[in-house]
Amino acid sequence: MSAITLNDYLLVSGILFAVGLFGVLVRRNIIVIYMCLEIMLNAANLALVAFSRFHVAPDGMPDYHGQALVFFIITVAAAEVAVGLAIIVALYRTRQTTQIDEINKLQY
Amino acid sequence: MLPWLVLLAPLVAAGVILLVTRGSRALSAWISVGAVAVSFVASVALFLGPDLRSSVDWLRFDVLEGISLAVPFGVTVDSLSKTMLLVVTGVGLLVHVYSLGYMHGDRGEARYFACLSLFMFSMLGIVLADNFVMMFIFWELVGASSYLLIGHWFERPSAAEASKKAFLMNRIGDFGFMFGILLIWGMFGTVVFADLPGGIERLIGGVDAMRLTDPVQAATLSKRLTSFLTLAVLGIFCGAVGKSAQMPLHTWLPDAMEGPTPVSALIHAATMVAAGVYMLVRVSFLLPFAPSAMTVIAWVGIITAFVAALMAVQQDDIKRVLAYSTLSQLGYMVSAVGLAASGAAMFHLFTHAFFKALLFLAAGSIIHGMHHEQDIWQMGGLKNKQVITFFTFLVGALALAGLPYLTSGFYSKDAILYAAAGKSIPIFVLGLITAFLTAFYMTRLFLAVFFGKPRSEKAKTAHESPLVMWLPLVILAVPSVIFGFPFITSAFQLDAGHHEAGAIPVPMLAALAFLLGVGNGLWIYARREHDPIRISLLARKFYFDEIYAGLVRVTQDLAARIAGFLDRYLIDGLLVRGASALTFGAGFVLRFFQVGSAQSYAMVFALGAVLLLWVALR
Repeated sequence: MSAITLNDYLLVSGILFAVGLFGVLVRRNIIVIYMCLEIMLNAANLALVAFSRFHVAPDGMPDYHGQALVFFIITVAAAEVAVGLAIIVALYRTRQTTQIDEINKLQY
Repeated sequence: MLPWLVLLAPLVAAGVILLVTRGSRALSAWISVGAVAVSFVASVALFLGPDLRSSVDWLRFDVLEGISLAVPFGVTVDSLSKTMLLVVTGVGLLVHVYSLGYMHGDRGEARYFACLSLFMFSMLGIVLADNFVMMFIFWELVGASSYLLIGHWFERPSAAEASKKAFLMNRIGDFGFMFGILLIWGMFGTVVFADLPGGIERLIGGVDAMRLTDPVQAATLSKRLTSFLTLAVLGIFCGAVGKSAQMPLHTWLPDAMEGPTPVSALIHAATMVAAGVYMLVRVSFLLPFAPSAMTVIAWVGIITAFVAALMAVQQDDIKRVLAYSTLSQLGYMVSAVGLAASGAAMFHLFTHAFFKALLFLAAGSIIHGMHHEQDIWQMGGLKNKQVITFFTFLVGALALAGLPYLTSGFYSKDAILYAAAGKSIPIFVLGLITAFLTAFYMTRLFLAVFFGKPRSEKAKTAHESPLVMWLPLVILAVPSVIFGFPFITSAFQLDAGHHEAGAIPVPMLAALAFLLGVGNGLWIYARREHDPIRISLLARKFYFDEIYAGLVRVTQDLAARIAGFLDRYLIDGLLVRGASALTFGAGFVLRFFQVGSAQSYAMVFALGAVLLLWVALR
């Protein structure tokens, strides 16, 4: 069994992203869609961490810039989740539904 | 200082009346009369004094880098303007006094006198102006005050129409005048009258000097100079055509008779309409350089004289007869300018101002006595009721018709006929026929007004006018007779010298024309109750008004059609409705993409991202 390479990480990241996108495109419940969005976000995080680990400086240390960026993304994502969930709650209060195919008032 | 006093006294009076004493009619009237009296006295003093010029820098327009138009505010007092000053202030003073009686009790009396003073200021400005731009400004002021005075009884639609017409007709002429002034300025770089002869000499001297080195170039330049000068003179002449009511812009003057009669006497007979002739005389040094323009001027003048006399023959309104005779006499003067006899033109202007003012004021007295009836066939038998008016009108009519050797009109008309006889026989013949017609229609007017039986209730109860009205008549009757005599003309430095007329016995022919005119008039119109002749072509004034109205209608119609088409189809159709249709259409097409399903948007977004990625990585 060979060692795990960057490509393996990127493959997992891509699969995660695809799963998330698929969920966003096909699921009906807004909360599930929202979770799928988070999956896509974390797929990107995974890719960043992987790049960070495998981009080794001449002294053998990994490049920590990518990992620092991931911390920021997680922090911002937490705030974003709070805002997003608040929107969903407000939406539910007005429309009494979280089914996205029923929320189509922007249609002409 | 005196010229400035002459000029500014009426302006001050107009300002004081408008701003302070407007409420008091009598006080306003006397202020106005006082101002013109001051002007008159100062004018007499100027007349006895030496020639002088005084000017202050006034306006400077920087047109382009290094090119500027300097306009001094200056007055010039020479023999020409001295004479004109006396005419304007003298007749003006009498008309002001006369107005005290004529306008007494009129609601707008204060306004009337303010406008009259404003007119005096503007007219004196024209007379004294020492450059073209200043003259043009006063020229417009005269037009404006004439507008105000014609429309004095603005509640009458005909008066309002007449004032508008006068203003617009004058504007047409003034456009040409401005064009001429600009050409003059462009050629000589100055608009001051006194500098122009030098400017011409310089240009001609330059061309002459070039003739030695480059004759071909010099010939073209000389030709170009002549054509530009001709254009400039014709442009300036346009201004005179408008102001002096020559054909084809003459139609405003008869309509201007809607104004109060003293206004007709002062503005539309003696002074303002003479301003065109005065201006032409003032710039007559330009004329010899534009011979073809002179021919045009001479012919326009004599045709106006002839046609206006024809129209006067068939008018029934006493003031209109006099208005057409004014046109006719102005035609004589303009023609004289064109015949290089500007001295004769000025002479006729001078005598005409007095006898025509007399005639108009007498007509005003008749109208006043007739309770504002102006139709001569409603009058009759007035010779016993208005004795003073009768005799003074007789003097004026004889002077206008040219009673040989006894009246001023005969001498001045003779001077013009002499000039015509020496220059152009057709113009001379037309002038003689006009003289005949003048005598004829004045006889007709005179017989209808004063003789026979009273033909209406108003004529039966007619009465003589008050002292302030008949006194100016008596005073004006004197110059109407004597101002043609040689001792007067030499005192006023008028050029009554008889031009070379060849073998033509001018005075004999003029006297014959007078006798024939009066004789025919007596023969046809003695003891008539109504007009035995009806020539509708003449009575309708050669249909000039109708033609102009039609012309205006046609052009207006065309302009309205074009404007309507543009508005309806271009502005409304293409721009307004087009903008709305574009927005509507775009919305109609784009709404099909707005299905309202968030997931389909996300799908498109994802596909788009993939596409971009593919393009970037390809």
